[in-house]
This record gives sequence, C-alpha cells and structure tokens, in this order.
Amino acid sequence: MKIRKNIPLIDQHDKFGFWGEKFGGSFIPETLKKPVEDLTNLFQKLRKDKNFIKERDYYFKNWVGAPTPFIKLENLTKHLGGAQIWAKVVSEANGGAHKIYNATVHCLIAKKAGKKYVVGDTGAGYAGKMLSMAAKKFGLKCKIFMGAKDIKRQKPNCDAMKKNGAEIVPVYTGSQTLIDAVSECMRYWVSNCDTTHMCVGSTVGPNIFVKICGWSTSQISRELAIQIKKEFGTIPKKLKLFNCVGGGSSSFGFWNEFMHYNKKQVEFIGVEAGGPKNSKRHAAPLTENSKIGVLHGAMQYVVQDNEGQIEETESISAGLDYSGVSPLHCFLKDTKRARYTSATDEEALSAYELVSSLESISPSLEPSHAFAEAIKIAPQYNKNTIFCVNSCGDSYKDKDIIKSRLGKYIR
Amino acid sequence: MNKNISLAFDRCKKENRPALLSYTVAGDNNKTKSIEILKSISKYIDICEIGFAHNTPIADGGQIQTSTHRALKNGTKIKDVFQIVKKFKKFKNSKPVILMGYYNIICQYGENKFINSCKNVGVDGLIVVDLPYPENKYFAKKCKKRKISFIQLLAPTTSNSRMKKIIRDSHNMIYYISMLSTTGGKLKVSSKEILKNYYKIKNINKSKNLVIGFGITLETISALKKADGLVVGSALCKEISKSLRNRQNPVTNVSKMVEKLKNKIL
Repeated sequence: MKIRKNIPLIDQHDKFGFWGEKFGGSFIPETLKKPVEDLTNLFQKLRKDKNFIKERDYYFKNWVGAPTPFIKLENLTKHLGGAQIWAKVVSEANGGAHKIYNATVHCLIAKKAGKKYVVGDTGAGYAGKMLSMAAKKFGLKCKIFMGAKDIKRQKPNCDAMKKNGAEIVPVYTGSQTLIDAVSECMRYWVSNCDTTHMCVGSTVGPNIFVKICGWSTSQISRELAIQIKKEFGTIPKKLKLFNCVGGGSSSFGFWNEFMHYNKKQVEFIGVEAGGPKNSKRHAAPLTENSKIGVLHGAMQYVVQDNEGQIEETESISAGLDYSGVSPLHCFLKDTKRARYTSATDEEALSAYELVSSLESISPSLEPSHAFAEAIKIAPQYNKNTIFCVNSCGDSYKDKDIIKSRLGKYIR
Repeated sequence: MNKNISLAFDRCKKENRPALLSYTVAGDNNKTKSIEILKSISKYIDICEIGFAHNTPIADGGQIQTSTHRALKNGTKIKDVFQIVKKFKKFKNSKPVILMGYYNIICQYGENKFINSCKNVGVDGLIVVDLPYPENKYFAKKCKKRKISFIQLLAPTTSNSRMKKIIRDSHNMIYYISMLSTTGGKLKVSSKEILKNYYKIKNINKSKNLVIGFGITLETISALKKADGLVVGSALCKEISKSLRNRQNPVTNVSKMVEKLKNKIL
C-alpha cells in the first residue's frame, strides 16, 4: 500500500471507491445508489468549475473568516522547555470550529443540485450548528439528527442550532450518540433523497462524502502552509502537526497540503479518544488495532465485537466519541504516513487546563486530546522542532462538563 | 440455480396468486419463539425471509430496529441464526428460506465460511442490504456456485440502464423496493404507480420472479396481488411488539395476521 505523488489523497481510490484497495467504498442500499451517483457527478463537475471555486473562496474569506490565526504559544513553550509550540486557531472561524468548511461546501452543492432541504448528523453539535448556520445563510431548510445523550451534554450548540431555525431530531436508539445520529440521518435520506441533500458531518460515510468533506476542510492546511512559510521563510526541517481524530475531518484538513512531504520533515500525529482512565471502551480504532469492518457505508477500522456488531465507545468528548474512523486515516495509518495514539479523558482535561491558564486560547475537549500528546512529548525536543496543534474547537461548548469535572472553568 | 425458490413461485403461479413472503428477525422475541413463529406461519407463506440482526442498520425503520434490538439483547448470535434455520428446515424442508442482513456480519464471519454455513443448514437465498450492484457481483457468483440465490434489489431510483444490467446478472428472484423509504414506512405512492414500475421491470425479463416489498400491510396488500410475490416484514415485527406489550402470545397473533394476509391475496 502506497501513497501516490501528485494526486490528491482523496482521489487515490479505485473504481469502487476503496483507498489502498480496502478502505472506504460505498456500502449503501440500492435506493441511495442513484442519489450518490448524482452527487458524485455534480461534485466532480463543480470542483473543476472556476466559478464554483471562486464562490467557495469568497464565502470562506468573507463569511467563514479565512485565514484563521496561526500563533505561537509562548507561555506553553516556555513552560514545557522543549519544542516550539504553535497553534492554528481554527476555532476562530465563524461558528467556532472547522465544521464550517464542510457545511458551507455542502450547502453550496445543495443549491447547485436544486435541493431545498439539507439534513445532517452531529455529535459534539458543531457539525449541526455549522450546517444550520450555512443552511440559514443559503436559504435552505435544515434538519439535524443528534443522539439524545449528546443533546444533553452539548446544550450551547443545540441552542445555536435552534436559533438558526434548524429542527433538531433527537435519536433515542442504541447508545444515543453520534453513531446512532449518523445511522438515523442516513435512514432519513433513504426516505427523502429526492428532495433532500445529505451532509455527512465528517470524513466518514460512503466514498463521496469522505471526499467532499476532505476537500472542504483542506482549506485549513492551505492556509497553514502559507502562514508557516511566511513565519519561517520555508517549511521547517522538523515540523509536527498534532490533531485530534474522531471521524477525522479536522485532522485530514490540517494535514492534506503537507501530504507529500517526507514524514521525517513533516510528521502527522493523530490523537484519538482513549476514554476514561482504565476504560476498555476506547473510541480509538486506529490506536487499539480494531478490526476492519463496515460502518455507515464504508470499510474502515472500527470498534466491534467478533460477530461484527458495532460496539459503543466512551469519551468525555462528544466529538470524538465514535466507533469508526475515516477511511482516509485508515489509509494513512497503513501507509505509515501518519502516527496515531490516544489520550485519556483525564489527560485531555489537564491539557485543557494548562493551555487555558497559560494562553489566550481555550481549546475544547476534542483538540485538548491533541494538546495532551503535544504537551507530553514536547520536553523531549528542542526549539528547532516546531509543533503545531490544530485548536479546532473552543471550550465554551464544554463549559458544563469541565465545571463538573474540574470544579472550575477557565477561559 | 436454487430449486426451492423457483418451485415456490411456480406453485403460486399455478394457483394464480402471488407468493407470500414473510420477514421476521431470527431470535425475536427469543430463539424458541422465533422458531415457533416460523413454524406456525409456514402453512400460509411460500417463502420465509429471516433477518440476521445488525446493530447499525442503515436501511431499517423503527419496527425492524425494535425486533433487531430484542434479538441482540437476548443474545442471538450468528450461530443461533443458523441453528434456527436448521431447526425450521427439519420441520419443513421444502419451504425456501432466505437470509437477509447487512454485509459486516458476513464480512466478519468470512464470506466463504458464511456461504458454507448457509449451505449446511439449508438456506436457499441471501439478501445483503448494503452490498449493492456491481460491488456484489463477486459474492453473488460464489452464492450461485453453491446453488444459493443472491437476490438483487431494485429501487424507484434505479435508472433504466442500471436496471437492465442488474437484471441480466440476477438469479431467479429480484426484490423491488416499492418506494423511497426505510422498511416499515407508510406506503406513500399509489399501488398503481408501484405496479407501473413493477411491469417496467418485469418486461425487461419475464422469467425472473419479481417480488415487491416495503410498506406492505393488511391494508395495502390486495392492491398489489398482481405481482409474483409480496413481502411483509415490518407489519409482522410490529405485531410481535404489540403482542408483547399486551402480554399476549406473539406466535398466535403473528400467525393470525399472516393468515389474514394470505386471505387478502387469494
């Protein structure tokens, strides 16, 4: 299995949609074959269309707020006394997280497809919030599927969705988290694919949704490459890019532009959710060597039992609490382009606390997982090694959880 | 090709009626009861579809999800599904059994091993909901080799050119999904519209047995009786749930319902 040069990673799949011949594909009911094919053709056309790109860039710049800041975390660097630590503050994007890129692109596509309704799934509530924002902006009616457990733990984002006029559909099946929300959203699309566009909230799902999302979030690394060159004059000899991995949309977007650098120069470090200390229900299929199986229309490493029943996971971070992971990350793992590890709930909380108390940014619990790994290994390096962490969400949405766990909330 | 399935359709054609196909989930509401249900409805039905449960079904509506959940909760494993088929076949060997489910269960069990186990217990056909054409070609061939029918699905969204290809590569039975819906949805298109599509497909190749499923209940079944076969699934799962809620025996209630369904298509 090898990554080819000069071809975007999202296009390195075979005719059935498999990356590395075994990850991805489109395991979908017959009813969805046609809508998926239509969407595939439309997206292929649009991404070559100069006017569409212009439109995308216009909204990214003037509405999303590109580029998001790239800043040095001076205090944290000094505190740890090792590698230089920088952050790409993607949480400064309109709405407060990277999910805005995928949501914007999906709504633009829905408009081109002549669809009036858009539906989406959400875990942490960011994908739903952003989709509701974009739907409002582009005049589409919006429905968001969300696990009942997540609705309870991510109230601020739910309030935002409602304010944007979206309908939140609570999902009571299974573990009542993201996995069930994605299933229910797909079921809804099966029944309404003639009038409705579906947005999958991460780089997961049938092949085309992985591609659209990866294409959209790649904006993050396009900006970052320019910012790094401006700051250092070139891409540094030792650069490490840290990102949390749930479904994998922010990490893929954070890395894509650097894909073809040698990994000794630009290393990708993906941090999955290890769950509570001593928990066995890690949301970390890559780190824990889960078996390959089908989830939500794609072949991937997925947390499952011997029979192929998908197992529930457990994480303090709703956005990472997912049994599967993007086929793109499975491909990056097997080709050894990226390295994957996990951080526990406790490590993420400490990382949140340390960053928020020392710096002007306050990462949400998802990127706090990435910070945890960066903080852990930074002392082993010197200032010639540049660490950059994607701070892809703001802690405000986790205020209640943090307060109950740490007894205080710092921002 | 699988003989049991062809024979079942031939018999119905002679009687000038559609084949009645039931769908129940193996292990719902428990292992013993699910065999009893199959045994008691077997005198009214022509083919039984038996679902093997998956906990992340992306094409099933509420009724079947509930049945699936019950089956998994009481510990039904894939080996139990095969045992249920085996026991049922011992009771009524000529009644065709079609297993229906999602690909990940087959994938984890191993494709070849799965087909072997099917063969050993007497499974006649397979429906894999999330393994569409042409991705399923290779697996379908393996099934055919062992005389198990791989049943292709067609939907209202399937284009004409695609339809032709699928029918060309199909075995002796094809399943037409009546409408854009998960299983158990309310029938939202007229029976006239469904039959129009049905004949369109039928005219491509008359020799294929074409069944209609999704949204078929006591209320809707008679209007569609011109078809080669009709599948009732969610209505039966719903009846099991209702029986349990009312502390009644699901075996007798489901059996009564299937008898009524049968009377509607005679």
